[in-house]
Amino acid sequence: MTDLETFRTETRAWLEANCPAEMRQPMRSEADACWGGRNWTFQSDAQRQWLEAMAGRGWTVPDWPKDYGGGGLSPAEARVLKEEMARIGARPPLTSFGISMLGPALLQFGTEEQKKHYLGQIARGEIRWCQGYSEPGAGSDLAGLQTKAEDKGDHWLVNGQKVWTSYADKADWIFCLVRTSSESKQGGISFLLFDMETPGVSTKPILLISGSSPFCETFFDDVKVPKEQIVGEVNKGWDVAKYLLGHEREMIAGMGLGAGGSSVTLGPVTRPTDPLLRAEIAAFDVDALAFAAMSERFAAMWKAGEAHPASPSMMKYAGTELNKRRNELMMAAGGSDALEWDSERSRKGATPRSWLRSKGNSIEGGTSEIQLNIVAKHILRLPGA
Amino acid sequence: MTLLTDDQKMLQETAASFLAEEGSIGKQLRHWREIGCTDGFGHDLWKQFAELGLTGICIPESHGGLGLGATEAALVLEEIGRNLTPSPFLTTAVAGARAIEGTAHADRWFPEILSGEAVLALAVEEGPRHAPDRTALEAKRQGNGFVLNGAKQFVVQGGSADMIVTAARTAGAPGERDGITLFAIPKATSGLNTDSQSLVDSSKAARLTFDNVSVDADAVIGEVDAGWGPLSRALSAGGAGAAAELVGVASGASAMILDYLRQRKQFGKLIGEFQALQHRAAHLYSEIEIARAAAFKAAQALDSSDERAELHVSVAKAKAADVAGLAVREGVQMHGGIGMTDEHDIGLFMKREAVLGELFGDVYYHRNRVAELSGY
Repeated sequence: MTDLETFRTETRAWLEANCPAEMRQPMRSEADACWGGRNWTFQSDAQRQWLEAMAGRGWTVPDWPKDYGGGGLSPAEARVLKEEMARIGARPPLTSFGISMLGPALLQFGTEEQKKHYLGQIARGEIRWCQGYSEPGAGSDLAGLQTKAEDKGDHWLVNGQKVWTSYADKADWIFCLVRTSSESKQGGISFLLFDMETPGVSTKPILLISGSSPFCETFFDDVKVPKEQIVGEVNKGWDVAKYLLGHEREMIAGMGLGAGGSSVTLGPVTRPTDPLLRAEIAAFDVDALAFAAMSERFAAMWKAGEAHPASPSMMKYAGTELNKRRNELMMAAGGSDALEWDSERSRKGATPRSWLRSKGNSIEGGTSEIQLNIVAKHILRLPGA
Repeated sequence: MTLLTDDQKMLQETAASFLAEEGSIGKQLRHWREIGCTDGFGHDLWKQFAELGLTGICIPESHGGLGLGATEAALVLEEIGRNLTPSPFLTTAVAGARAIEGTAHADRWFPEILSGEAVLALAVEEGPRHAPDRTALEAKRQGNGFVLNGAKQFVVQGGSADMIVTAARTAGAPGERDGITLFAIPKATSGLNTDSQSLVDSSKAARLTFDNVSVDADAVIGEVDAGWGPLSRALSAGGAGAAAELVGVASGASAMILDYLRQRKQFGKLIGEFQALQHRAAHLYSEIEIARAAAFKAAQALDSSDERAELHVSVAKAKAADVAGLAVREGVQMHGGIGMTDEHDIGLFMKREAVLGELFGDVYYHRNRVAELSGY
């Protein structure tokens, strides 16, 4: 038996013994995710047990180094773990922006001390992070951000406002882009980390058209941040931000559009009887299955270092536009059933809420138009782009 | 999905340089079009395919071929598409070879395919739209053989073919898969009338009429009444191959678009500076990448005998035709007036896409197959 086969056998046995039955049920919505953090209330003992068991092995972040709370698995082993978890339908033990966004940036740009301190907390689900990027005057033109951090000798003094901060009202810490110099647009930005309980930080949820409030406005009023809580060099925060946006786009591109194939298509779910709707859904299913193939190919190329560095932009663009179309067709297929907003029968309006929420997919994390700009400039190298 | 192996990358490079050099639009497509060639392709080039071993790409090593699969064929076909190279590669080396593999006809035809002498064609269609299970051409038992009566159309390179793989009905009714039998009909068989026509892209396809065509029992490919097996194998290989060729057509058109956007000036600017065009070019890029992934997925599914291979082939053919259609329409539009001229090559891409899009089933046929195979 090869080492990998041994690993698979052992992993399978361990998962069988340690993954509670309840954590093998499909997640009904985002609300079933375990986000962790200082104020997290576990939905069940099973959710707590599952997180603790996985974190104990470093398997909340299987491919991070063991020194930083990870599992230290090789890419092949991490893939086996993923496959074995999928085999029994195991839920992710922990969902967090720390894992998907900050962690990779810290691994790349953090000091040894920062990695040891923050990555371990992330891996164990102890600290829930939020991202402070967009501002009222800096959306697509992110580098135009104005939130100011002044050097006060032993600390930074932060003043300004962020917007579209995901779950800021539930987060423990924030990773935040701030302006440390006005001399250069992109070259005057730094990347700070600080506690959301620091005096002067306040949040206000934003009610979306979908009826939910996943985002906040976040205000900073004379917030003191210790000097060492900067990632990378002063005025070099844009490099960290760009690296992290790449990860964000990759994640958004893959959202709900796994490589499995069956879950991405609409026909088997909607069983359309109207011939014209059936034709539209079949056209969508072709595109969805083709994109699933693209996701597989992209993942393989990314791992092998063969993907263009700007290709996550293409994936984000195509994936989010597809998801919007999917939701449009779900509405069409649902007819008047899909209009109910509160009823139990409609699972509290799951279809229309998802439809409305999906409209944000091609706005958040860089609009579709910005992604097309990036493809035109960095991949196609068109003039003046 | 696995990425290309080193061997596959080498094959891709070989095919790319060979077809860019020898299979270029100037040397092949325009040349044969201008001299009014009745084959629509050059036999010398087909011999060169043979010298590189490419005619035997899908032929087993035991028969002297390369013994490779749909993935390798796709790599070659993408280059063929990019250069609009007219050749019998898809019908002969891919679909034709798949139809007869494992039968006595392989012994008869594989050597001549390997040497680049023989050309095969597939006679499936009986109406203007792809409907293989609607096969009605009658084959009646007579003595030790069969007598065929009926008509076929869109038999690509039917006028140049040395042997025509013909789907006929020996039992059942049109619409049923059982009762179809495949026959190997050599050219110049008595009672077979071949009417070769130029298509929109200057390639040739024949309308065939079978007027009491008598063949021996050994003309049957595989088993009587069970032709659906080899036929669907050939159609899947052909469909996946056409998808890859369409990806090449789309890539070729896209390359011309990008060149033009970088050189054409209006209003004192390169037109590639205009965001309206940049976004369309970027969208097209994204779509072509997705179509290529779908084409590889289909090829790999065929090569690994994936039980969902037929679904993946239909996804690939529908997506690739859709995207290639977008590429050629954007190609002509973004070139403006010059794109409407016969002198410019971009229009040739539009014409080729029209034919390849139809071959082995169009977008609508394959979307419908995806729906059927998904149970709705």
